[in-house]
Amino acid sequence: MFKHEWIETNIGLLAVLTMLAISIGGLVEIAPLFFLKDTVEKVDGVRPYTPLELRGRDIYQREGCYLCHSQMIRPFRDEALRYGHYSLAAESQYDHPFQWGSKRTGPDLARVGKKYSNEWMTQHLVSPRSVVPQSVMPNFPWLLTTPLDYSDIEDRMRALRQTGVPYSLNQAEYNANVKKFGPDTAKLLDITHARQNLIAQAEQGDYDGDRSHISEMDALVAYLQVLGTMVDFRKYDDDAFVKYR
Amino acid sequence: MSVNNKQPHVPQTTGHVWDGDLQEYNNPLPNWWLIAFYMTVVFAIVYWFMYPAWPIGRTHTKGLMMITYTNNQGITKTVHWNTRALLMKETNEAVAAQKPYYDKIASTPFEDIAKDPELNSFVLSAGKMLFSDNCAPCHQQGGAGKFGLAPNLTDDDWLWGGHYKEIQQTITDGRHGYMPPFGTVLSDVQMTQLADYILSFEKIPVNPASAQAGNALFHSETAACYYCHGADAKGRVVHGSANLTDGIWLWANVPGAKTIADKEDAIKKVITGGLNKGVMPTWKNRLSAEQIKLLTVYEHDLGGGQ
Repeated sequence: MFKHEWIETNIGLLAVLTMLAISIGGLVEIAPLFFLKDTVEKVDGVRPYTPLELRGRDIYQREGCYLCHSQMIRPFRDEALRYGHYSLAAESQYDHPFQWGSKRTGPDLARVGKKYSNEWMTQHLVSPRSVVPQSVMPNFPWLLTTPLDYSDIEDRMRALRQTGVPYSLNQAEYNANVKKFGPDTAKLLDITHARQNLIAQAEQGDYDGDRSHISEMDALVAYLQVLGTMVDFRKYDDDAFVKYR
Repeated sequence: MSVNNKQPHVPQTTGHVWDGDLQEYNNPLPNWWLIAFYMTVVFAIVYWFMYPAWPIGRTHTKGLMMITYTNNQGITKTVHWNTRALLMKETNEAVAAQKPYYDKIASTPFEDIAKDPELNSFVLSAGKMLFSDNCAPCHQQGGAGKFGLAPNLTDDDWLWGGHYKEIQQTITDGRHGYMPPFGTVLSDVQMTQLADYILSFEKIPVNPASAQAGNALFHSETAACYYCHGADAKGRVVHGSANLTDGIWLWANVPGAKTIADKEDAIKKVITGGLNKGVMPTWKNRLSAEQIKLLTVYEHDLGGGQ
């Protein structure tokens, strides 16, 4: 007959059974998502970040923006009214790691892109209370004065390529990207031209209103302005979920 | 156990004994706690049957609960319960409830909306909500604007026009202010003359000769300021060029400058570098045409509408 004492007096058995018990949560909640058909909906328009946006995302993580801002709009009416269409899993398919979050001290940022002008973004990051008097967000003035370090941008893209983000390193991958995203986007995903693409986007976008140098603000605002803008929801069938229900 | 609780505390042990004398106390959980715990287990099992729960291969259990909703094409469907259907149901119910008002807004001419008391109160309440979320970050609560960022919406000065149609277009398609830099075209003296000419509109005691020279320069082909700002320097709505004569400033900090020289410098800074800002985002992708019309009326009636 099975006895409690066997486990308590056998450290090896205890370790194996403990691991079994605590892995049930992961097996039940995470593993099925790799097999379910409707985990990641098919949707047009989502592309990996450009080199400049990618560096902006790195700064977003470095400054801990995710500690107060989520990037996931849940399918509730109050959230849809304030933030826009609920987030789709496909929208963060190239995010490693994703920035969904579950803590909102500030508002959700999943669809903040193009909602405000670059000037507002820059002023708000430097001094949030100058435009939103009731804000409790910290000031981030150094973003405007710190030059953006993009010396290792190719390595960063190569690392993400390892995780499955389709940044291209050779002609075959480039051609695949042309087919998938179109020639304009494919050029931006080319690792061998990362540096010139980053500089070109920063100079053309002039995100921080200062063309004299590429600052961390340029990258962060470029990233914020693309959030949630890739999918055209006028073309998305909101009723598409029905076939899975 | 409840009997035990009332007796003097006698420690119970689990009965295990290690090393001859090492024992483990047994303090069982209170009954109310255990019952509540088992009830949550029962609740979970009922929940598994009622709602989508368990994954099975490539699909999952759908649950017994059903939900009936009307999709965006107006087709009513009944499916297994899920949050997306619930959202669509609630959203379309709310849209249907507001539809009479929005339909009326769409069909009523701008001028008549505020005259209808019921419609006006809808504009005020819905407009306040929309304005706070979308407009207030730049234009501030109440529409007072922010120097160096976004114009005041309550005064009579309009960069892009204060008539209903113009406000509607500004919100729908957005705006982007632009003034070319003149730093390499004009000399420092010429820019001072232009600044004096502009300051003379505000009755600021500048050097009259300099202002006179600025006047000539303003209307000359060298500086060609009149192209955009108009021969009367009152700006042109079609370009979004500022009225330079009314003492209202958005980019050059003239009111904040104490001396005349500082005021001149503030204007010269703008002339030198030009402006490539004053960006109003496009709202047609975020708000419906009816919401934009409602905001137009709300915004027009904040005080400055023409």
